[in-house]
Amino acid sequence: MAWFEKAVDAPVRIPAESVWVICPSCKAYIMKADWKATDKVCPRCNYHDRLGCRERVALLADTGSFTEINARVGVRDPLKFKDASGAYADKAKATAEKLGVGEAILTGTATLDTIPIVLGVMDFKFLGGSLGSGTGERIRLAAEEALRLKRPLILVTASGGARMHEGIVSLMQMAKTCAAIARLKDAGLPYFAVLTDPTTGGVSASYAMVGDLNIAEPKALIGFAGRRVIEQTIKQKLPDDFQTAEYTLAHGFVDHIVARRDMKPFLAKMLRYAGL
Amino acid sequence: MKKQTPWDIVQLARHAERPNITDYIRLMCEDFVELHGDRLFGDDRGLIGGFATLDGVKVMLIGHRKGRTVEENIEANFGMANPEGYRKAMRLMRLAEKYRLPVVSFVDTPGAYPGSEAEARGQAEAIAHNLEFMSTLKTPMVVVVTGEGGSGGALGIAVGDRILMLQNAVYSVISPEGCASILWRDGTKAALAAETLKITADALLSLGIIDAIIPEPVGGAHTDATQMAATVKQAILTHLTTLKKQPIEKLLGQRYAKFAKMGA
Repeated sequence: MAWFEKAVDAPVRIPAESVWVICPSCKAYIMKADWKATDKVCPRCNYHDRLGCRERVALLADTGSFTEINARVGVRDPLKFKDASGAYADKAKATAEKLGVGEAILTGTATLDTIPIVLGVMDFKFLGGSLGSGTGERIRLAAEEALRLKRPLILVTASGGARMHEGIVSLMQMAKTCAAIARLKDAGLPYFAVLTDPTTGGVSASYAMVGDLNIAEPKALIGFAGRRVIEQTIKQKLPDDFQTAEYTLAHGFVDHIVARRDMKPFLAKMLRYAGL
Repeated sequence: MKKQTPWDIVQLARHAERPNITDYIRLMCEDFVELHGDRLFGDDRGLIGGFATLDGVKVMLIGHRKGRTVEENIEANFGMANPEGYRKAMRLMRLAEKYRLPVVSFVDTPGAYPGSEAEARGQAEAIAHNLEFMSTLKTPMVVVVTGEGGSGGALGIAVGDRILMLQNAVYSVISPEGCASILWRDGTKAALAAETLKITADALLSLGIIDAIIPEPVGGAHTDATQMAATVKQAILTHLTTLKKQPIEKLLGQRYAKFAKMGA
Protein backbone atom coordinates (compact mmCIF):
# COMPACT_ATOMS: atom_id res chain seq x y z
CA MET A 1 0.00 0.00 0.00
CA ALA A 2 1.35 3.36 -1.01
CA TRP A 3 1.85 5.99 1.68
CA PHE A 4 -0.81 8.37 0.32
CA GLU A 5 -3.49 5.69 0.51
CA LYS A 6 -2.68 5.08 4.14
CA ALA A 7 -3.14 8.74 4.86
CA VAL A 8 -6.70 8.61 3.51
CA ASP A 9 -7.45 5.56 5.60
CA ALA A 10 -6.54 7.23 8.83
CA PRO A 11 -7.42 10.94 8.79
CA VAL A 12 -6.83 13.01 11.87
CA ARG A 13 -10.30 13.80 13.19
CA ILE A 14 -10.84 17.27 14.62
CA PRO A 15 -14.50 18.16 15.06
CA ALA A 16 -15.06 20.84 12.44
CA GLU A 17 -17.44 22.91 14.59
CA SER A 18 -14.82 23.43 17.26
CA VAL A 19 -12.62 25.43 14.87
CA TRP A 20 -14.80 26.63 12.01
CA VAL A 21 -18.01 28.45 11.40
CA ILE A 22 -19.67 27.94 8.04
CA CYS A 23 -21.00 31.24 6.71
CA PRO A 24 -24.78 30.74 6.24
CA SER A 25 -24.62 32.86 3.08
CA CYS A 26 -21.46 31.99 1.09
CA LYS A 27 -20.76 28.67 2.90
CA ALA A 28 -17.12 29.62 3.40
CA TYR A 29 -15.28 28.12 6.36
CA ILE A 30 -14.33 30.92 8.72
CA MET A 31 -12.13 30.48 11.78
CA LYS A 32 -14.30 30.68 14.86
CA ALA A 33 -12.03 33.28 16.41
CA ASP A 34 -12.36 35.47 13.30
CA TRP A 35 -16.14 35.05 13.30
CA LYS A 36 -16.23 36.25 16.88
CA ALA A 37 -13.85 39.14 16.20
CA THR A 38 -16.10 40.45 13.43
CA ASP A 39 -19.27 40.07 15.54
CA LYS A 40 -20.56 37.37 13.19
CA VAL A 41 -19.92 39.22 9.96
CA CYS A 42 -18.46 37.05 7.23
CA PRO A 43 -15.03 38.40 6.20
CA ARG A 44 -15.50 36.81 2.76
CA CYS A 45 -18.97 37.90 1.69
CA ASN A 46 -19.91 40.53 4.30
CA TYR A 47 -23.02 38.58 5.34
CA HIS A 48 -24.24 39.89 8.68
CA ASP A 49 -25.35 36.83 10.58
CA ARG A 50 -28.27 37.02 12.99
CA LEU A 51 -27.49 38.11 16.53
CA GLY A 52 -29.23 37.26 19.76
CA CYS A 53 -30.87 40.23 21.46
CA ARG A 54 -28.29 40.40 24.23
CA GLU A 55 -25.40 40.27 21.77
CA ARG A 56 -26.98 43.18 19.92
CA VAL A 57 -27.54 45.18 23.09
CA ALA A 58 -23.87 44.68 23.94
CA LEU A 59 -22.93 46.16 20.56
CA LEU A 60 -25.17 49.22 20.82
CA ALA A 61 -25.58 50.19 24.46
CA ASP A 62 -22.74 51.68 26.46
CA THR A 63 -21.21 49.03 28.70
CA GLY A 64 -23.38 48.40 31.73
CA SER A 65 -25.94 51.04 30.76
CA PHE A 66 -28.77 48.75 29.68
CA THR A 67 -31.59 48.12 32.15
CA GLU A 68 -34.39 45.89 31.00
CA ILE A 69 -37.93 47.23 31.39
CA ASN A 70 -41.24 45.36 31.40
CA ALA A 71 -39.57 41.97 31.76
CA ARG A 72 -42.79 40.76 33.39
CA VAL A 73 -44.62 41.21 30.07
CA GLY A 74 -44.33 37.75 28.58
CA VAL A 75 -46.03 35.46 26.12
CA ARG A 76 -49.82 35.40 26.06
CA ASP A 77 -51.94 32.75 24.46
CA PRO A 78 -55.25 34.41 23.64
CA LEU A 79 -56.46 31.59 21.36
CA LYS A 80 -55.24 28.64 23.48
CA PHE A 81 -53.56 27.58 20.27
CA LYS A 82 -52.57 24.01 19.43
CA ASP A 83 -51.25 22.70 16.13
CA ALA A 84 -49.75 19.48 14.80
CA SER A 85 -46.63 19.95 16.92
CA GLY A 86 -48.43 20.67 20.20
CA ALA A 87 -49.53 23.57 22.36
CA TYR A 88 -48.17 27.01 21.54
CA ALA A 89 -48.01 27.96 25.23
CA ASP A 90 -45.60 25.09 25.96
CA LYS A 91 -43.40 25.90 22.99
CA ALA A 92 -43.25 29.57 23.91
CA LYS A 93 -42.41 28.81 27.52
CA ALA A 94 -39.59 26.47 26.53
CA THR A 95 -38.20 29.09 24.14
CA ALA A 96 -38.31 31.81 26.77
CA GLU A 97 -36.46 29.63 29.26
CA LYS A 98 -33.85 28.55 26.74
CA LEU A 99 -33.10 32.07 25.51
CA GLY A 100 -33.47 33.82 28.84
CA VAL A 101 -35.77 36.47 27.41
CA GLY A 102 -39.52 36.54 27.93
CA GLU A 103 -40.61 37.63 24.48
CA ALA A 104 -39.30 38.17 20.94
CA ILE A 105 -38.06 41.60 21.93
CA LEU A 106 -35.86 42.78 24.78
CA THR A 107 -36.60 46.38 25.78
CA GLY A 108 -34.86 48.71 28.17
CA THR A 109 -33.29 52.02 28.93
CA ALA A 110 -29.67 52.60 27.99
CA THR A 111 -27.16 55.16 26.89
CA LEU A 112 -25.65 55.12 23.44
CA ASP A 113 -22.39 57.06 23.33
CA THR A 114 -23.65 58.74 26.54
CA ILE A 115 -27.00 59.72 24.96
CA PRO A 116 -29.96 58.38 27.00
CA ILE A 117 -32.27 56.28 24.84
CA VAL A 118 -34.95 53.63 25.04
CA LEU A 119 -33.83 50.56 23.12
CA GLY A 120 -35.72 47.52 21.86
CA VAL A 121 -33.96 44.60 20.20
CA MET A 122 -35.77 41.69 18.60
CA ASP A 123 -34.46 38.14 18.67
CA PHE A 124 -35.12 35.97 15.63
CA LYS A 125 -34.46 32.85 17.68
CA PHE A 126 -37.60 33.57 19.68
CA LEU A 127 -40.25 31.90 17.47
CA GLY A 128 -38.82 33.52 14.35
CA GLY A 129 -38.95 36.92 15.97
CA SER A 130 -42.68 36.80 15.45
CA LEU A 131 -44.86 39.66 16.62
CA GLY A 132 -46.92 38.25 19.47
CA SER A 133 -49.09 40.30 21.77
CA GLY A 134 -46.35 40.28 24.40
CA THR A 135 -43.93 41.61 21.77
CA GLY A 136 -46.36 44.33 20.73
CA GLU A 137 -47.09 45.22 24.33
CA ARG A 138 -43.38 45.56 25.14
CA ILE A 139 -42.98 47.87 22.16
CA ARG A 140 -45.97 50.00 23.15
CA LEU A 141 -44.65 50.28 26.71
CA ALA A 142 -41.15 51.10 25.42
CA ALA A 143 -42.56 53.90 23.27
CA GLU A 144 -44.58 55.19 26.21
CA GLU A 145 -41.48 55.04 28.43
CA ALA A 146 -39.53 57.01 25.81
CA LEU A 147 -42.34 59.57 25.77
CA ARG A 148 -42.36 59.81 29.56
CA LEU A 149 -38.58 60.15 29.80
CA LYS A 150 -38.45 62.38 26.68
CA ARG A 151 -35.90 60.08 25.07
CA PRO A 152 -35.50 58.82 21.53
CA LEU A 153 -36.59 55.27 20.75
CA ILE A 154 -34.49 52.84 18.72
CA LEU A 155 -35.97 49.50 17.68
CA VAL A 156 -33.81 46.81 16.08
CA THR A 157 -36.03 44.49 14.06
CA ALA A 158 -35.53 40.80 13.20
CA SER A 159 -38.75 39.04 12.42
CA GLY A 160 -40.61 36.83 9.99
CA GLY A 161 -43.81 38.78 10.73
CA ALA A 162 -46.97 38.24 12.74
CA ARG A 163 -47.28 35.30 15.13
CA MET A 164 -49.91 33.00 13.64
CA HIS A 165 -50.47 31.24 16.96
CA GLU A 166 -52.01 34.41 18.35
CA GLY A 167 -54.22 34.96 15.30
CA ILE A 168 -55.99 38.28 15.01
CA VAL A 169 -54.53 39.52 18.31
CA SER A 170 -51.10 39.33 16.72
CA LEU A 171 -52.31 41.32 13.71
CA MET A 172 -53.60 44.06 16.00
CA GLN A 173 -50.10 44.53 17.43
CA MET A 174 -49.19 46.16 14.13
CA ALA A 175 -51.80 48.85 14.79
CA LYS A 176 -50.90 49.16 18.45
CA THR A 177 -47.16 49.62 17.94
CA CYS A 178 -47.64 52.16 15.17
CA ALA A 179 -50.09 54.11 17.32
CA ALA A 180 -47.58 54.29 20.18
CA ILE A 181 -44.84 55.41 17.80
CA ALA A 182 -47.13 58.04 16.29
CA ARG A 183 -47.56 59.57 19.76
CA LEU A 184 -43.83 59.62 20.28
CA LYS A 185 -43.29 61.36 16.96
CA ASP A 186 -46.08 63.85 17.67
CA ALA A 187 -44.12 64.84 20.77
CA GLY A 188 -41.13 65.59 18.53
CA LEU A 189 -39.06 62.67 19.77
CA PRO A 190 -36.88 60.73 17.34
CA TYR A 191 -37.67 57.15 16.39
CA PHE A 192 -35.11 55.12 14.44
CA ALA A 193 -35.78 51.68 13.01
CA VAL A 194 -32.74 49.44 12.52
CA LEU A 195 -33.66 46.63 10.13
CA THR A 196 -31.67 43.42 10.38
CA ASP A 197 -31.98 40.06 8.72
CA PRO A 198 -34.84 39.27 8.29
CA THR A 199 -37.52 41.96 8.58
CA THR A 200 -40.61 40.80 6.76
CA GLY A 201 -44.39 40.47 6.87
CA GLY A 202 -46.30 42.24 9.59
CA VAL A 203 -43.20 43.72 11.19
CA SER A 204 -42.00 45.30 7.95
CA ALA A 205 -45.57 46.55 7.46
CA SER A 206 -45.62 48.28 10.84
CA TYR A 207 -42.93 49.69 13.14
CA ALA A 208 -39.97 48.69 10.96
CA MET A 209 -41.00 51.01 8.14
CA VAL A 210 -42.05 54.15 9.99
CA GLY A 211 -38.74 55.30 11.42
CA ASP A 212 -37.73 58.94 11.11
CA LEU A 213 -34.77 57.06 9.74
CA ASN A 214 -34.89 53.48 8.52
CA ILE A 215 -31.40 52.04 8.75
CA ALA A 216 -30.49 48.55 7.55
CA GLU A 217 -27.65 46.10 7.93
CA PRO A 218 -26.02 44.97 4.68
CA LYS A 219 -27.77 42.16 2.80
CA ALA A 220 -30.63 41.93 5.31
CA LEU A 221 -33.81 40.43 3.88
CA ILE A 222 -36.48 43.15 3.97
CA GLY A 223 -39.91 42.76 2.42
CA PHE A 224 -43.61 42.29 2.86
CA ALA A 225 -44.58 39.05 1.13
CA GLY A 226 -42.39 35.96 1.03
CA ARG A 227 -40.35 35.17 -2.06
CA ARG A 228 -42.13 31.85 -2.62
CA VAL A 229 -45.58 33.43 -2.40
CA ILE A 230 -44.59 36.14 -4.88
CA GLU A 231 -43.05 33.64 -7.30
CA GLN A 232 -46.25 31.61 -7.17
CA THR A 233 -48.32 34.74 -7.75
CA ILE A 234 -46.38 36.16 -10.68
CA LYS A 235 -45.21 32.79 -12.02
CA GLN A 236 -41.68 34.09 -12.44
CA LYS A 237 -38.34 33.58 -10.75
CA LEU A 238 -37.21 36.60 -8.78
CA PRO A 239 -33.67 37.97 -9.02
CA ASP A 240 -31.22 37.09 -6.24
CA ASP A 241 -31.01 40.63 -4.92
CA PHE A 242 -34.81 40.91 -4.56
CA GLN A 243 -35.82 42.21 -1.10
CA THR A 244 -32.26 42.75 0.10
CA ALA A 245 -31.34 45.84 2.09
CA GLU A 246 -29.60 47.13 -1.03
CA TYR A 247 -32.76 46.58 -3.13
CA THR A 248 -34.86 48.29 -0.45
CA LEU A 249 -32.50 51.27 -0.39
CA ALA A 250 -32.50 51.53 -4.18
CA HIS A 251 -36.32 51.64 -4.11
CA GLY A 252 -36.34 54.43 -1.56
CA PHE A 253 -37.42 52.74 1.65
CA VAL A 254 -34.30 52.85 3.79
CA ASP A 255 -32.04 55.83 4.40
CA HIS A 256 -28.75 54.12 4.86
CA ILE A 257 -27.07 50.73 4.98
CA VAL A 258 -24.61 50.56 7.83
CA ALA A 259 -22.13 47.79 8.59
CA ARG A 260 -22.38 46.21 12.01
CA ARG A 261 -19.10 47.60 13.30
CA ASP A 262 -20.16 51.13 12.29
CA MET A 263 -23.72 50.96 13.60
CA LYS A 264 -23.19 52.37 17.06
CA PRO A 265 -21.18 55.45 15.98
CA PHE A 266 -23.63 55.98 13.11
CA LEU A 267 -26.63 55.94 15.45
CA ALA A 268 -24.84 58.29 17.83
CA LYS A 269 -24.20 60.71 14.99
CA MET A 270 -27.82 60.52 13.83
CA LEU A 271 -29.05 61.16 17.38
CA ARG A 272 -26.86 64.27 17.47
CA TYR A 273 -28.32 65.47 14.13
CA ALA A 274 -31.70 64.92 15.75
CA GLY A 275 -30.67 67.48 18.38
CA LEU A 276 -29.51 65.23 21.21
CA MET B 1 -79.98 22.47 10.57
CA LYS B 2 -76.34 21.54 11.12
CA LYS B 3 -74.36 24.12 13.04
CA GLN B 4 -72.21 26.35 10.84
CA THR B 5 -68.48 25.70 11.19
CA PRO B 6 -65.89 28.45 10.82
CA TRP B 7 -64.95 26.85 7.50
CA ASP B 8 -68.58 27.16 6.31
CA ILE B 9 -68.41 30.83 7.23
CA VAL B 10 -65.19 31.23 5.24
CA GLN B 11 -67.08 29.95 2.18
CA LEU B 12 -69.87 32.47 2.75
CA ALA B 13 -67.37 35.30 3.27
CA ARG B 14 -65.81 34.44 -0.10
CA HIS B 15 -69.08 33.67 -1.90
CA ALA B 16 -68.97 34.85 -5.52
CA GLU B 17 -72.39 36.48 -5.15
CA ARG B 18 -71.63 38.19 -1.84
CA PRO B 19 -72.38 41.93 -2.02
CA ASN B 20 -69.22 43.90 -2.79
CA ILE B 21 -68.39 47.57 -2.31
CA THR B 22 -69.96 48.47 -5.66
CA ASP B 23 -73.23 46.88 -4.51
CA TYR B 24 -73.14 48.67 -1.18
CA ILE B 25 -72.50 52.02 -2.83
CA ARG B 26 -75.37 51.47 -5.26
CA LEU B 27 -77.81 50.25 -2.61
CA MET B 28 -76.74 52.45 0.29
CA CYS B 29 -75.65 55.86 -0.96
CA GLU B 30 -77.81 58.48 -2.58
CA ASP B 31 -74.65 59.99 -3.98
CA PHE B 32 -71.09 58.78 -4.60
CA VAL B 33 -68.26 60.60 -6.33
CA GLU B 34 -65.25 58.40 -6.83
CA LEU B 35 -61.90 60.10 -6.28
CA HIS B 36 -59.02 58.58 -8.16
CA GLY B 37 -55.30 58.22 -7.68
CA ASP B 38 -52.60 58.42 -5.03
CA ARG B 39 -50.87 61.40 -6.75
CA LEU B 40 -47.65 59.40 -6.73
CA PHE B 41 -47.98 56.46 -9.06
CA GLY B 42 -51.46 55.50 -10.23
CA ASP B 43 -55.04 54.63 -9.47
CA ASP B 44 -55.47 51.30 -7.77
CA ARG B 45 -58.65 49.52 -8.84
CA GLY B 46 -58.59 47.04 -5.97
CA LEU B 47 -59.07 49.77 -3.38
CA ILE B 48 -61.42 52.62 -4.18
CA GLY B 49 -62.87 55.63 -2.43
CA GLY B 50 -64.73 58.87 -2.69
CA PHE B 51 -67.33 61.25 -1.28
CA ALA B 52 -70.56 59.50 -0.38
CA THR B 53 -73.90 60.52 1.11
CA LEU B 54 -75.97 58.19 3.31
CA ASP B 55 -79.37 59.49 4.36
CA GLY B 56 -78.08 63.03 3.98
CA VAL B 57 -74.87 62.33 5.95
CA LYS B 58 -71.74 63.14 3.98
CA VAL B 59 -68.79 60.80 4.51
CA MET B 60 -65.53 59.73 2.91
CA LEU B 61 -66.00 56.14 1.88
CA ILE B 62 -63.03 53.90 1.15
CA GLY B 63 -62.80 50.17 0.66
CA HIS B 64 -61.44 47.14 -1.10
CA ARG B 65 -63.13 46.29 -4.34
CA LYS B 66 -63.83 42.77 -5.49
CA GLY B 67 -65.51 42.23 -8.84
CA ARG B 68 -68.35 39.95 -9.76
CA THR B 69 -67.37 39.03 -13.31
CA VAL B 70 -63.97 37.70 -14.33
CA GLU B 71 -63.23 40.96 -16.15
CA GLU B 72 -64.10 43.02 -13.09
CA ASN B 73 -62.03 40.81 -10.87
CA ILE B 74 -59.02 41.04 -13.12
CA GLU B 75 -59.36 44.83 -13.15
CA ALA B 76 -59.80 44.91 -9.35
CA ASN B 77 -57.03 42.37 -8.82
CA PHE B 78 -59.52 40.26 -6.80
CA GLY B 79 -59.58 42.95 -4.13
CA MET B 80 -55.85 42.76 -3.49
CA ALA B 81 -54.58 46.31 -3.26
CA ASN B 82 -51.18 47.56 -4.34
CA PRO B 83 -49.23 50.23 -2.44
CA GLU B 84 -50.88 52.97 -4.50
CA GLY B 85 -54.24 51.74 -3.17
CA TYR B 86 -53.15 52.24 0.43
CA ARG B 87 -51.60 55.59 -0.44
CA LYS B 88 -54.81 56.70 -2.17
CA ALA B 89 -56.72 55.66 0.96
CA MET B 90 -54.41 57.81 3.06
CA ARG B 91 -54.86 60.77 0.72
CA LEU B 92 -58.63 60.48 0.97
CA MET B 93 -58.56 60.09 4.76
CA ARG B 94 -56.39 63.22 4.97
CA LEU B 95 -58.96 65.03 2.84
CA ALA B 96 -61.75 63.77 5.11
CA GLU B 97 -59.90 65.21 8.09
CA LYS B 98 -59.57 68.56 6.34
CA TYR B 99 -63.24 68.72 5.29
CA ARG B 100 -64.44 67.33 8.64
CA LEU B 101 -66.05 64.29 7.07
CA PRO B 102 -66.13 60.99 8.93
CA VAL B 103 -64.43 58.03 7.26
CA VAL B 104 -66.29 54.82 6.52
CA SER B 105 -64.03 51.95 5.51
CA PHE B 106 -65.22 48.72 3.88
CA VAL B 107 -62.87 45.77 4.30
CA ASP B 108 -63.05 42.83 1.88
CA THR B 109 -59.71 41.48 0.68
CA PRO B 110 -57.80 38.21 0.59
CA GLY B 111 -54.75 40.32 1.49
CA ALA B 112 -52.45 42.99 0.13
CA TYR B 113 -51.15 42.01 -3.30
CA PRO B 114 -48.02 39.85 -3.04
CA GLY B 115 -46.37 40.89 -6.29
CA SER B 116 -42.83 41.91 -7.15
CA GLU B 117 -43.94 45.38 -8.31
CA ALA B 118 -45.89 45.82 -5.09
CA GLU B 119 -42.70 45.07 -3.17
CA ALA B 120 -40.68 47.46 -5.32
CA ARG B 121 -43.15 50.25 -4.63
CA GLY B 122 -43.15 49.55 -0.90
CA GLN B 123 -46.20 47.52 0.08
CA ALA B 124 -44.88 47.26 3.64
CA GLU B 125 -44.21 50.98 3.93
CA ALA B 126 -47.60 51.90 2.49
CA ILE B 127 -49.47 49.76 5.02
CA ALA B 128 -47.22 50.79 7.91
CA HIS B 129 -47.77 54.48 7.27
CA ASN B 130 -51.52 54.00 7.07
CA LEU B 131 -51.50 52.29 10.46
CA GLU B 132 -49.60 55.16 11.97
CA PHE B 133 -51.75 57.77 10.23
CA MET B 134 -55.11 56.25 11.15
CA SER B 135 -54.14 56.10 14.81
CA THR B 136 -54.11 59.90 14.90
CA LEU B 137 -56.69 60.66 12.20
CA LYS B 138 -58.65 63.63 13.49
CA THR B 139 -62.09 62.55 12.34
CA PRO B 140 -64.37 59.67 13.36
CA MET B 141 -63.82 56.42 11.50
CA VAL B 142 -66.11 53.40 11.25
CA VAL B 143 -64.76 50.16 9.77
CA VAL B 144 -67.05 47.47 8.38
CA VAL B 145 -65.56 44.06 7.59
CA THR B 146 -68.02 42.90 4.94
CA GLY B 147 -66.33 39.76 3.60
CA GLU B 148 -62.71 38.71 3.94
CA GLY B 149 -60.50 40.59 6.38
CA GLY B 150 -57.19 39.39 5.01
CA SER B 151 -54.34 40.25 7.36
CA GLY B 152 -52.22 43.39 6.88
CA GLY B 153 -54.03 44.14 3.65
CA ALA B 154 -57.24 44.50 5.64
CA LEU B 155 -55.72 46.27 8.63
CA GLY B 156 -54.16 48.87 6.29
CA ILE B 157 -57.57 50.60 6.15
CA ALA B 158 -59.06 49.29 9.39
CA VAL B 159 -57.76 51.24 12.38
CA GLY B 160 -60.99 52.97 13.35
CA ASP B 161 -63.11 54.02 16.32
CA ARG B 162 -65.61 51.24 15.66
CA ILE B 163 -64.87 47.91 14.01
CA LEU B 164 -68.09 46.26 12.83
CA MET B 165 -68.25 42.89 11.21
CA LEU B 166 -70.92 41.16 9.17
CA GLN B 167 -72.18 37.95 10.72
CA ASN B 168 -70.55 35.77 8.05
CA ALA B 169 -67.40 37.80 7.50
CA VAL B 170 -63.97 36.59 8.62
CA TYR B 171 -60.93 38.52 9.80
CA SER B 172 -57.59 36.79 10.19
CA VAL B 173 -53.85 37.21 10.42
CA ILE B 174 -53.39 34.57 7.72
CA SER B 175 -55.68 32.58 5.42
CA PRO B 176 -56.74 29.22 6.85
CA GLU B 177 -55.04 27.55 3.88
CA GLY B 178 -51.78 29.42 4.52
CA CYS B 179 -51.83 28.62 8.21
CA ALA B 180 -52.58 24.95 7.53
CA SER B 181 -49.71 24.59 5.11
CA ILE B 182 -47.25 26.24 7.52
CA LEU B 183 -48.29 24.87 10.90
CA TRP B 184 -49.83 21.56 9.86
CA ARG B 185 -47.70 21.19 6.71
CA ASP B 186 -50.93 20.17 5.04
CA GLY B 187 -53.09 22.59 3.04
CA THR B 188 -56.11 20.31 3.40
CA LYS B 189 -56.24 21.06 7.12
CA ALA B 190 -57.68 24.50 6.31
CA ALA B 191 -60.98 23.78 8.05
CA LEU B 192 -59.11 22.89 11.23
CA ALA B 193 -56.94 26.00 10.92
CA ALA B 194 -60.05 28.14 10.39
CA GLU B 195 -61.42 26.88 13.66
CA THR B 196 -58.16 27.18 15.58
CA LEU B 197 -57.42 30.72 14.33
CA LYS B 198 -60.74 32.09 15.66
CA ILE B 199 -61.61 34.23 12.67
CA THR B 200 -65.40 34.51 12.83
CA ALA B 201 -67.37 37.52 14.02
CA ASP B 202 -68.50 35.72 17.19
CA ALA B 203 -64.94 34.77 18.12
CA LEU B 204 -63.61 38.26 17.41
CA LEU B 205 -66.31 39.87 19.49
CA SER B 206 -65.42 37.71 22.48
CA LEU B 207 -61.72 38.45 21.95
CA GLY B 208 -62.52 42.17 22.17
CA ILE B 209 -61.27 42.91 18.66
CA ILE B 210 -64.55 44.06 17.13
CA ASP B 211 -67.30 46.21 18.59
CA ALA B 212 -70.45 44.76 17.03
CA ILE B 213 -71.78 42.13 14.66
CA ILE B 214 -74.11 43.16 11.84
CA PRO B 215 -76.68 40.39 11.29
CA GLU B 216 -77.12 38.93 7.80
CA PRO B 217 -80.26 37.65 6.11
CA VAL B 218 -80.89 33.94 6.65
CA GLY B 219 -78.61 32.02 4.27
CA GLY B 220 -76.08 34.86 3.98
CA ALA B 221 -75.73 38.42 2.67
CA HIS B 222 -75.93 37.30 -0.96
CA THR B 223 -79.49 36.06 -0.57
CA ASP B 224 -80.79 39.59 -0.10
CA ALA B 225 -78.30 42.32 -0.93
CA THR B 226 -80.89 45.08 -0.58
CA GLN B 227 -81.78 44.13 2.96
CA MET B 228 -78.09 43.64 3.79
CA ALA B 229 -77.19 47.09 2.53
CA ALA B 230 -80.01 48.65 4.54
CA THR B 231 -78.79 46.96 7.72
CA VAL B 232 -75.18 47.98 7.08
CA LYS B 233 -76.21 51.58 6.41
CA GLN B 234 -78.26 51.71 9.61
CA ALA B 235 -75.35 50.37 11.65
CA ILE B 236 -72.93 52.89 10.16
CA LEU B 237 -75.26 55.83 10.78
CA THR B 238 -75.98 54.76 14.36
CA HIS B 239 -72.30 54.54 15.23
CA LEU B 240 -71.44 57.77 13.43
CA THR B 241 -74.10 59.64 15.40
CA THR B 242 -72.50 58.54 18.67
CA LEU B 243 -68.94 59.20 17.51
CA LYS B 244 -69.69 62.66 16.14
CA LYS B 245 -70.78 63.81 19.59
CA GLN B 246 -67.31 63.19 21.02
CA PRO B 247 -64.70 65.94 21.07
CA ILE B 248 -61.91 64.85 18.74
CA GLU B 249 -59.21 64.73 21.45
CA LYS B 250 -61.35 62.38 23.49
CA LEU B 251 -62.03 60.24 20.44
CA LEU B 252 -58.31 59.91 19.71
CA GLY B 253 -57.63 58.94 23.32
CA GLN B 254 -60.27 56.25 23.12
CA ARG B 255 -58.97 54.99 19.78
CA TYR B 256 -55.46 54.67 21.22
CA ALA B 257 -56.77 52.88 24.31
CA LYS B 258 -58.88 50.56 22.17
CA PHE B 259 -55.88 49.16 20.32
CA ALA B 260 -53.55 49.41 23.32
CA LYS B 261 -55.70 46.98 25.27
CA MET B 262 -55.67 44.34 22.52
CA GLY B 263 -53.34 41.65 23.82
CA ALA B 264 -52.32 43.80 26.82
